[in-house]
Amino acid sequence: MNFRAFCSIIHRNICTFWNFARDVFYGPAYERSVRVTTAYLDNSATTKPCRQAVDAVVSALENEWGNPSSLHFSGLEASALLEKSRSAVASSLMCGSDEIYFTSGGTESNNLALYGAAAKMRRYGNRIVSTAVEHPSVYETLSALGKEGFEIVRLPVDGYGRVNENDLFDAVNSETILVTMMYVNNEVGTILPVKALRRAVTRAKAPALIHCDAVQAYGKLEVRPKSLGVDLMTVSSHKIHGPKGAGALYVSRDAALMPRVFGGEQEKKLRPGTQAMPAIAGFGAAAGELKDIKTNLERVTNLRDYMLAELERAGDIAVNSPPDALPYVTNISVLGVKSEPMLNYLSSKGICVSSGSACSKGKKSRVLTEMGLSRERAETPLRISFSRFTSKEEIDYLIEMISQGKKEIRNIR
Amino acid sequence: MKEVLLIKNGELALKGLNRRTFEDMLIKNMKHRLSSLGKFNFNVQQSTIIAEPEDEETDLDAAVEKVGKIFGIAAFSRAVACEKNFETILRKAAGYLEEDLECASTFKVEAKRSDKKFPLTSPEICNQAGGFLLERFPHLSVDVHNPDIVVNIEIRDTHAYIHGRQIKGAGGMPTGSAGRALLLISGGIDSPVAGYMMAKRGLSLSAVHFASPPYTGEKAEQKVHQLLSKVAAYSGRIGLWVVHFTEIQESIKDFCPEDIFTVIMRRMMMRVAQIIAARENAGALITGESVGQVASQTMPAIACTDKVCEIPVFRPLIGMDKDEVIDISRNKTDTFDLSILPYEDCCTVFTPKHPRTRPTLDYVERAEEAFDWKPMVEKAAETARLVVID
Repeated sequence: MNFRAFCSIIHRNICTFWNFARDVFYGPAYERSVRVTTAYLDNSATTKPCRQAVDAVVSALENEWGNPSSLHFSGLEASALLEKSRSAVASSLMCGSDEIYFTSGGTESNNLALYGAAAKMRRYGNRIVSTAVEHPSVYETLSALGKEGFEIVRLPVDGYGRVNENDLFDAVNSETILVTMMYVNNEVGTILPVKALRRAVTRAKAPALIHCDAVQAYGKLEVRPKSLGVDLMTVSSHKIHGPKGAGALYVSRDAALMPRVFGGEQEKKLRPGTQAMPAIAGFGAAAGELKDIKTNLERVTNLRDYMLAELERAGDIAVNSPPDALPYVTNISVLGVKSEPMLNYLSSKGICVSSGSACSKGKKSRVLTEMGLSRERAETPLRISFSRFTSKEEIDYLIEMISQGKKEIRNIR
Repeated sequence: MKEVLLIKNGELALKGLNRRTFEDMLIKNMKHRLSSLGKFNFNVQQSTIIAEPEDEETDLDAAVEKVGKIFGIAAFSRAVACEKNFETILRKAAGYLEEDLECASTFKVEAKRSDKKFPLTSPEICNQAGGFLLERFPHLSVDVHNPDIVVNIEIRDTHAYIHGRQIKGAGGMPTGSAGRALLLISGGIDSPVAGYMMAKRGLSLSAVHFASPPYTGEKAEQKVHQLLSKVAAYSGRIGLWVVHFTEIQESIKDFCPEDIFTVIMRRMMMRVAQIIAARENAGALITGESVGQVASQTMPAIACTDKVCEIPVFRPLIGMDKDEVIDISRNKTDTFDLSILPYEDCCTVFTPKHPRTRPTLDYVERAEEAFDWKPMVEKAAETARLVVID
C-alpha cells in the first residue's frame, strides 16, 4: 500500500467518525439548523434541476444515447425513453401523448404555435387577438406577423395587469384566426382569463385556434388544456425543475399547424430534427414529479402572505402584483431604491431575485409600463419568484437583507 | 354537485326477451373499462343506463373519452342529477351549463317528463326554464330550430337530470356478445380497421401477427402492438400471438413457383391461425382483405385461400375502397398515422414480381406438395409467443 492510499483511508475514517459524533451531539438535523446565507428566489427565470431530472439526464447520456429514430435496439431503447417522457408530460397536462410535441423550449413552442397557426389559418381570416403583457416570445412573434399583413389586436390591461373580459368579447370577431393569451404573467403573476377565450371564440363563431402560453403556470397550477378549452399550449422544462433545452407544445387532436422548420419525420414532421434526448428525458422526469400541486400552492401562498406582511410592516413598499395573483410570482417596488443597485446588493449577500423578465434584462419593463404604474414604481421593481422548494428561512433572510439594503444604499447615495 | 353519465343503448332496445342479457353485458364492459378511473354504479331506467361515479372527484372527462369507445352505446351525455324541485332544477341548469351558455348565442330548452307526478308539464318546464335562463344570460336569444345549445331537462323517477349536448356513441353491439374471433394483423392500414369493425358487431378479439426476423424488425412488431392498443380502446383486451414465420416463408421461396408465393403464404397463415384459433376458443378468423386490392386478394386467390379454412373467415372490408378504409382509420380507430410508418412486414418480404392473379386450386395444391409444410405449420403455431395488449 502506498502512502497516498493510506492517507485516504485514514481521512475517510476520521470523516465517518466526525459525522457520527456530530449526529450524536447535535442530532441528524445539524446541517439544516445552520443559518441560511443564500436564497434563490428567481424561479420564474429558471429553477434548480431536481434530483430525478439530473439522474435522467445522466442516464440518457450514458445508457440510452441512441438515436430514437434508429431501427436497431439502441434506437429502440432511446425511443422507449422518448415515449416515456412524452407520456409523463402528457399526464401532467391530462392530455393524450399524441398531443405533445417536444421542442427546444418555451420560445420555440410559442413561435411554432403562432407562426404555424397563422400560416395554416390564413385563408379563414386576418385578425389575431392577444394582450399587451405577453412574453417577448409571443409579443415579438406577433409583431413579425403584423409586418406580414395580419391585423394584431393587443388587449390593454388595468393597473394590476388584468384583462377585461368584455374587451376580449369585443375584440374577437368572425375574421379572427388566432387568439393567444398567457396563463400567468411572468413579471407580476397576474392570472389571465384564459377560460374566457373559448367563450369569445365560439360566441363570435370565429374559426380561430386558441393558444395559451402556460410556461409560468405549469407545475404551479393544475394546467389542463382540455378543460381550459385551448387548442395549443406552451410549457417549458426548466421552469419546473427540469434541464434547459427542452419544452413542449400541446396541439389538440382537432388542430393542425404548419411546421416552421423542415426535415425528417421526427415529432410527426411538425418539429423535425433529432430529439434532444438528455434534455427531454430530464423534462419527463421533472414532469413526473409534479404532484401535490394544491398543497404546494397553499404553502407558497402562506409564504408569500408572510413575506408581504413583513415587508409592508417595514414600510416603503408597493405591491405591484394583484392580491389574487399566482403567489409564486410576486412583484414589489422598494420605493426610493432603483432596481439595479438593490439587485446587486442582494446578489452580494447571496440572494437571487430579478427586476423583471430575465429575457429583457436592463430595459424598462413593458408590462409595468402597460399597467400604467407611476414612474417611481416602474423604476424600482423587484420580482421575487418562489418554487415548491422555497423555505421560510430563505424568505426571512430576504426580508432582513432588503431592509438592510434600503439603509445602506441610501447612505451611499 | 353530482355528475352522472346518461347512456342510451341504441340497437339493444330492439332486442326481444334477451335484451336484459345484452344490457348486463354492456354494463359489465363499462364497469371493466371504467375501473381504472374509479368505481361506478349503474342502474337501468327505461332504455337509459345511468352511470354514477361513487367518488365525486372521479375524472369524468376521461370517462367520457372511454365511454365514447364502448360498443353498444348509441349516444350518451354528461348530466347533473338533482332533486325534483323546480327551483333547484333552474338553479342547477344555470350553474351546470354556465360555460356552454356563455359560449352560445342561441339556445332552446327541451324537457322530458317520465314521472307524470311532477306538477309541471313538459311545455311548461320549457317555457319557464327558457325565461329564467334568458334573464340570467342576457346575451342569449331563443332559436328553436337551430340553436347553438339545447338545454335538456329530464324528470325521471328518482331524480331530475340536466344536460347539454348529446355525444354520439360508438354504436354497434356490446363486445363479447357475439363470441370471439381471431384477427390476422400485418401492420398495414386494413387489418386494424377490420378488427375494429368486427368488434363493433360484438366480437371479442384475439390477434395473430406473423413476424419474419431478420427480414422484419422489432419496430415492425412494436408497431403492431401500438396498432392493437388503439383497437383495444374499443374492443377491450386483446391477446396477440406472434408467430415466427421465417422458416415457412423461406421454404415457400425455395420450393414453390414464384408467381403464387403470396397465395401459398396466405394458405399457410390460415393454417397456423386456425390452430391458434382453436386454442383461443375463437369461432372465426378476421382479415382485412378487399376484393381486387392486390393479386392475392382477387376472387380466385381468395377462393384458393379459403379452401384451407374450416371456420368462417370474416372480411368486413371486402367491398370497401381504400379511401373508405382510410377514412375509418383516420377518424375512428386513429391508426392511420401508425399504419403508414415505413417498416417491412411479413407480407412485403419476398413479394413476387409478377404474381398470378387467377391461380387455380389444382395448381396451388400441387405446388404446395413440393415441401413438407405440416410439421413447420405445427411448430410455428406451437412456438407462438403471447403478448397481452390492453
